Amino acid sequence: MGRVVVEVMLKPEILDPQGQAVLNALPRLGFDGFSSVRQGKRFELSVDGEVTDAVLAQVREAAATLLSNPVIEDVVAVERVG
Amino acid sequence: MRIGVVTFPGSLDDRDAARAVRLAGAEAVGLWHGDADLHGVDAVVLPGGFSYGDYLRCGAIARFAPVMGPLVDAANGGLPVLGVCNGFQVLCESHLLPGALVRNDHRKFVCRDQPLSIERTDTPWTSAYVPGERVVVPLKNGEGGFVADERTLDELEGEGRVVARYVGENPNGSYRAIAGISNAAGNVVGLMPHPEHAIEPLFGPDPRSGTGGLDGLRFFTSVVEGLVSA
Repeated sequence: MGRVVVEVMLKPEILDPQGQAVLNALPRLGFDGFSSVRQGKRFELSVDGEVTDAVLAQVREAAATLLSNPVIEDVVAVERVG
Repeated sequence: MRIGVVTFPGSLDDRDAARAVRLAGAEAVGLWHGDADLHGVDAVVLPGGFSYGDYLRCGAIARFAPVMGPLVDAANGGLPVLGVCNGFQVLCESHLLPGALVRNDHRKFVCRDQPLSIERTDTPWTSAYVPGERVVVPLKNGEGGFVADERTLDELEGEGRVVARYVGENPNGSYRAIAGISNAAGNVVGLMPHPEHAIEPLFGPDPRSGTGGLDGLRFFTSVVEGLVSA
């Protein structure tokens, strides 16, 4: 069974309130020195057979059309795993 | 006069939207997300709620519901479409409207009587308002921050496509205090606040807002009057 990982992040110019909430919580637990946190999404897509180039091409298209909204997000990684 | 109201799994305000349509004098026609047919309606309302649990992104999965195929085609052909709250998010995800709606900048769900300024009144949904008119309708959202790049925002402003703007404190971090926009033709309007909750005495915003609580009704009478005279 093959797997493809897709990672999606908010564009740098889009405010990330969740990341900010995490950033504010870090020092409360003693984790100091972090200046920014950005929170993103990771998708793991499995196929029964091998991850062929055709599968990868499909995943790239799905990443651009469904898994991300190009108005606010960037697809930062589409990778074959295992 | 038949106005469709779409129900997705997780829609909340479809009943209220249908009631607003009826009080405005039209027949409300329930449209089901899984039915790729608009049943000949003269206009469509995409109601608020949490379609598909807001999974992935608000409106992202609703965009691919069977009913959206004919709806997108009809909207591009001039059918009046109003998206409220989650409906606005669906319209943005469907690329019928530019921009996107993201989590409120203050991270909290907001629920309040919201003053608005109606800025564009030549759309089928706002023709019964006066340009610059101040109205008060309920606002309730967790991901209502309207964002778009500067060029898109300038374009929206330049073409007069900002339909409504928040008055006073910006409730959700929307860029340029934008509460609602239209497409270039004006027939598709997306709005974060809820006019369908301000259509009957005693149920709309607090009378102390000085509005009588009926400020939302004209979104629906606008489209009915427009369709009758067409």
